[in-house]
Amino acid sequence: MAELSYRDAVAYAIAQEMRRDPSLVMLGEDVAAAGGVFKTTVGLLDEFGPDRVRDTPISEQAILGAAMGAAMTGIPVIAEIMFSDFLAVCWDMIANEIAKSRYMTNGQVSFPLVIRTANGGGARFGAQHSQSVENWAMMIPGLKVVAPSTPEDVVGLLAAAIRDPDPVIFFEHKSLMATKAVVPDGEVVDHLGTAHVVREGSDVTIAALALMVPRALEAADRLAASGISAEVIDLRSLVPLDTRTLLESVAKTGRFFTVEENPRLCGWGAELVSIVSEEAFWDLDGPSVRITTPHIPLPSAAALEDLALPSVDRIHDTIERSVDSRGMA
Amino acid sequence: MPTDSLHDYSLREPRFPDPVDRSLEDADIAIETRLEMYRKLQELRQFGKRAHDLFLQNLVKGTTHLSLGMEAIATGFGAAMQPGDYTFATYRGHAHSLARGMDLGAAMAELLGRENGVLGGKGGSMHLTDVEKGMMGSYAIIGAHLCIANGAAWSAQMRGTDQVAVAFFGDGTTNIGAFHEALNMAKIWSLPVVFVCENNLYMEYTPIDLITAVDHPAADRASAYGMESIIIDGNDPDAVYLAASQALRKARSGDGPSLIEAITYRSGGHSRADPAKYRPKDEVDAWVERDPIPVYHERLLSIGTPEAELTSIEHGVADAIDAATEFAKAGNEPGEAALMTDVWSDGGSQWRN
Repeated sequence: MAELSYRDAVAYAIAQEMRRDPSLVMLGEDVAAAGGVFKTTVGLLDEFGPDRVRDTPISEQAILGAAMGAAMTGIPVIAEIMFSDFLAVCWDMIANEIAKSRYMTNGQVSFPLVIRTANGGGARFGAQHSQSVENWAMMIPGLKVVAPSTPEDVVGLLAAAIRDPDPVIFFEHKSLMATKAVVPDGEVVDHLGTAHVVREGSDVTIAALALMVPRALEAADRLAASGISAEVIDLRSLVPLDTRTLLESVAKTGRFFTVEENPRLCGWGAELVSIVSEEAFWDLDGPSVRITTPHIPLPSAAALEDLALPSVDRIHDTIERSVDSRGMA
Repeated sequence: MPTDSLHDYSLREPRFPDPVDRSLEDADIAIETRLEMYRKLQELRQFGKRAHDLFLQNLVKGTTHLSLGMEAIATGFGAAMQPGDYTFATYRGHAHSLARGMDLGAAMAELLGRENGVLGGKGGSMHLTDVEKGMMGSYAIIGAHLCIANGAAWSAQMRGTDQVAVAFFGDGTTNIGAFHEALNMAKIWSLPVVFVCENNLYMEYTPIDLITAVDHPAADRASAYGMESIIIDGNDPDAVYLAASQALRKARSGDGPSLIEAITYRSGGHSRADPAKYRPKDEVDAWVERDPIPVYHERLLSIGTPEAELTSIEHGVADAIDAATEFAKAGNEPGEAALMTDVWSDGGSQWRN
């Protein structure tokens, strides 16, 4: 059992998989000699050499094109896009080429590739280096979308993403990089499309992702003090989506909340609320409520960014008010 | 240039073709290769014309982008490439697909949206792909596939094979960022890739010279990426074959990428929606005189090929195109079962449990 930071867990997982599969390669800006701007790929160049761990120019289309062309000809690839905001620079490659080519060619090609990227706010980087853009990827058929909240999940889900024969966008949260936890010894491989109930409860279900998971857990602790028992689900993966775990929880609690870091419109929570209202309507004891960042670009100043992102206070207060207004089920 | 030409391109100074290079008669190309290139030229031309006819009969839906007049480039490269090599093409990819040996019937059926199409009807005219033949796809948003060709070349380099990736694209592609990203990466990684610009003088509807900073949209950019400027007659299969062979040899021997600008001309418009009225009449007439098929026909005669042999090739291709058309028409419409397959590698499309 080793204690790993979320940041170190990335390189740990990549090293585990590169040792297993000698054909696996990685490329990206500053990933090799510099070890990544978030220091998530430290040590990989030394262990695996420059043929397998490659620095690239600032050319996001060329990076993902190289990944796609290599993957479709039998080389599994991990490509890093430094900030998830930069996915917009190479979105054609992701949304039109990587995501659709298998379907368009009637299954002639497949893409064993992972696009890793630093996602999310809280680092005071302003509107172009702080976005939570999982929803961009979630709405494109042909992409799998994963966003871990703990070091162990980084290792297990990244390993699973690398072994998956389909393209996976893997969102690493910038504000979780320093969090530490114990990761089991030996090979760690998880399953995509499995949500975890990270706190059991009986009154309300809270679905959260990445940085919002620890905040939802803290809010749940405080709700308990007010007599509200909250179940917290870490979704971990948006595609595939573990609706079974979600619907089972709602059937038990009768109230459903989402905590989303993304701006309001078309967030993943809207899809979840839609599924719950279609398939668990008669289990509900009150309205489903989404707790999100307002529909604004993220501001840079600490005071403003803290107001924008769902805080423990806002999560707690919103749920408490919503439950109080209806009385307990 | 009259100022009106800024708005009415048909009033522009025409761009005339260079004369045929007669010395190519003596080029060191086997007669078998030349006859096969003549057969392929005929196949690409007759396929394109048939696709056009079937569109007018409302059997081909959507749109088609034909290579009529431009077939010598796909033909010359097709003859020079080896079976394991990779082709990446644009939406104007019928010729490049057939040049790598895609089945005529399966290609035609795909244009008709039939179950027996090479993509089962899921891709259509703009996405012809046949991985078994090395035809790695037709990419309908220009630029990306140059980067993807790099990836296939990188993969060949890592696997230690001598495969080469060849990316074909139009002059318009040279003004999108991915073109420049791809050339730079190919050079710094010394990738076995050949970039082939088919400069037909028009972006889609706009003359390329009016919207490009340099005269030769590809070749004049080569030096920025440490590559040689190579301009060839894209309407002469022999010229293309020779340039292709040299670039492929260079890539195979580990000496890195090449960028070739092949000058050519579209017989028709950009797509089915375009009557191409923006081109000066004398320009069009001059290029019709330089159509690759009569020019190559004459060359083969002048080096001693009997006329009857060429006629026999033309008839053989005509029969094959008729058979392909019948195969396509006889195909069923794809059934509902195909709709939800092959989003994922497990064959399905499930996104939730």
